[in-house]
Amino acid sequence: MTSHASPRTLYDRLWGAHTVVRGDAGKDLIYIDRHLLHEVSTPQSFELLRDNGLVVRRPATQLAVPDHAVPTAERGGTIRGELARKQVALLEANCAEFGIEYLALEGQQQGIVHVISPEQGFTMPGISLVCGDSHTATHGAFGALAFGIGASECGTVMATQTLWQARNRNLRVHYAGTLQPHVTTKDMILALIGKIGAGGGIGHAMEFSGEAVASASMEARMTLCNMGIEAGSRVALVAPDDTTFTWLEGRPRAPQGAMWEKAVMYWRTLRSDDDAVFDRIVEMDAGAIAPQVTFGTSPDQVMPVDGLVPAGPARALEYMGVEAGRPLVGLGVDYAFIGSCTNSRIEDLRAAAQVIRGRRIAQGVTAMVVPGSTATKQQAEAEGLDRLFEQAGFAWHHAGCSLCVAMNGDVVPEGKRSISTSNRNFEGRQGAGARTHLASPAMVAAAAIAGHIVDVRKEFL
Amino acid sequence: MPGFIPFTANAFVLEEDDVDTDIIFPARFLLHTERQGLGRFAFRDRPALLDAYARAGKPPILLAGANFGCGSSREHAVWSLHGMGVAAIFAPSFGEIFRGNCANNGIVAGGMAAGTLARLQAMANAGHALSIDLAGQTVTCAAQAFPFTVPDSDREMLLAGWNTTTRILALHGKDIAAFETSQRATAPWLWTEEADA
Ligand code: SF4
Repeated sequence: MTSHASPRTLYDRLWGAHTVVRGDAGKDLIYIDRHLLHEVSTPQSFELLRDNGLVVRRPATQLAVPDHAVPTAERGGTIRGELARKQVALLEANCAEFGIEYLALEGQQQGIVHVISPEQGFTMPGISLVCGDSHTATHGAFGALAFGIGASECGTVMATQTLWQARNRNLRVHYAGTLQPHVTTKDMILALIGKIGAGGGIGHAMEFSGEAVASASMEARMTLCNMGIEAGSRVALVAPDDTTFTWLEGRPRAPQGAMWEKAVMYWRTLRSDDDAVFDRIVEMDAGAIAPQVTFGTSPDQVMPVDGLVPAGPARALEYMGVEAGRPLVGLGVDYAFIGSCTNSRIEDLRAAAQVIRGRRIAQGVTAMVVPGSTATKQQAEAEGLDRLFEQAGFAWHHAGCSLCVAMNGDVVPEGKRSISTSNRNFEGRQGAGARTHLASPAMVAAAAIAGHIVDVRKEFL
Repeated sequence: MPGFIPFTANAFVLEEDDVDTDIIFPARFLLHTERQGLGRFAFRDRPALLDAYARAGKPPILLAGANFGCGSSREHAVWSLHGMGVAAIFAPSFGEIFRGNCANNGIVAGGMAAGTLARLQAMANAGHALSIDLAGQTVTCAAQAFPFTVPDSDREMLLAGWNTTTRILALHGKDIAAFETSQRATAPWLWTEEADA
């Protein structure tokens, strides 16, 4: 029996609302309301269904889209790489066989899973949502219980609409105060990861709170939740509020009419009680956060742009070609990438465009913008951002993951230095031997123009 | 998946922390859509590590650093480790999705206190074999016991060799149906695309 008297966190509420069976071995059977599929993590999931003679329990709760392997430099015609072409074709064929809606590469609704799902209103507050992708916590920005899973688990979800999951502990991250100009939620999350470490959130669901979160747009909240996994947290949450409802209302797959009213009434209850107990609380001073840049090969090897490279693991510093005790400012960049499910939404593109307005990228820099979705791309074009980027020397691409994971043909060559709005600076992430610095869209745009890492606050006021 | 059988073997020490899934399975090989035969891609961009592993005789046990398998959800990382012959990994902590993927593929991912692990690493480096008892959550090496933990439910599954998916359907089909009936009433907006039952 549930006790209504005891205070609960938002995470506890969501968990309780989705518990089918309370397990006695540390895991509960959790009901999954929505499942996103992409071409890379699902071929083997469908195999699991076939091997066991299983069907998809609720096809209407599944939505598939190709994003990771797809070319972004061109679209239309056949995909050139044979393996990528086959992988995308296999997703389409699997979806046809199992009755799942497939958003075609050429269509208006295509894009990175974590960008298109909110855009479509497929993501909603209060739901449980999974995807064979670690950045699924992005959807927690809507107050959804969203987390990444493996391919086997994708198969389990399709067949049973459930998963055995261990309940996490509760971690509140409170951002007091407001951000300085040119500082974003990307800097907020990087600063947090730097503080608690890449494994600092393991076993914990994070809930973000405080003035800097409450005043953030949905795009900015998605950036914040997106990188929870880089601190080890599979779940990252923001309680839904009027900002959330206004953003969602009228989206194609969001509830309509009377259903919408009913849903919002429920969604308003989705918050942590004032006296809810968190296992751990981390306090952050939002006003003190400077633009962040990573210097190493793990997202927690991060520093304020105006600081000096701290002593870090020798292997990481050597791989990156940086020296402890020296600034990052002034370090030449070869590549600048604006994209990925972290920072490829319309606000991100606007922020970058604002920095470049009228300027050109430095000689020798390869710069590209890869919008997160085809709809975002069209919106940006309607605002004239594509011309602005192209006049500045950026390549303007079609939607996809692209250089975030470098498996679609876009790649940073060995030894080259890249500044990127994506979420992982792992060894080889943007190509074997590539050196990646993570930063916000404004910081990446500023570096592309300067030709080296700069403090956007000083150079582009 | 067959159930876990206790075994004795040598171990390979990989001391680095935060070994992520991009290091274990570089992204460019994610275009492969099969599960078998991926062992050839494991640690592909770390030739020195692969050499050392080969020189050590490719043992099926890894003694790894903290936050092993952090990063991406790619189960390919686990399939490739499985493909290269890894059956058990011990580390102070794991990336959570990776750890779940290990359980789903019959690999023991045991959490071990850093101090205990350091002692075990020294023994393994000295050439001592490790005996793994999953039910008792203990590694025995040179007559010493080294405790580890695997979450209860993962341990049950590994020991029994259950197929999670068919087991859920067999044991909890009714519970799931009851949950759905109730959710249809309380959150009908999540069911508008489906015809009434
Ligand atoms: S943009 Fe990058 S992190 Fe996001 S889903 Fe694609 S590959 Fe993963």
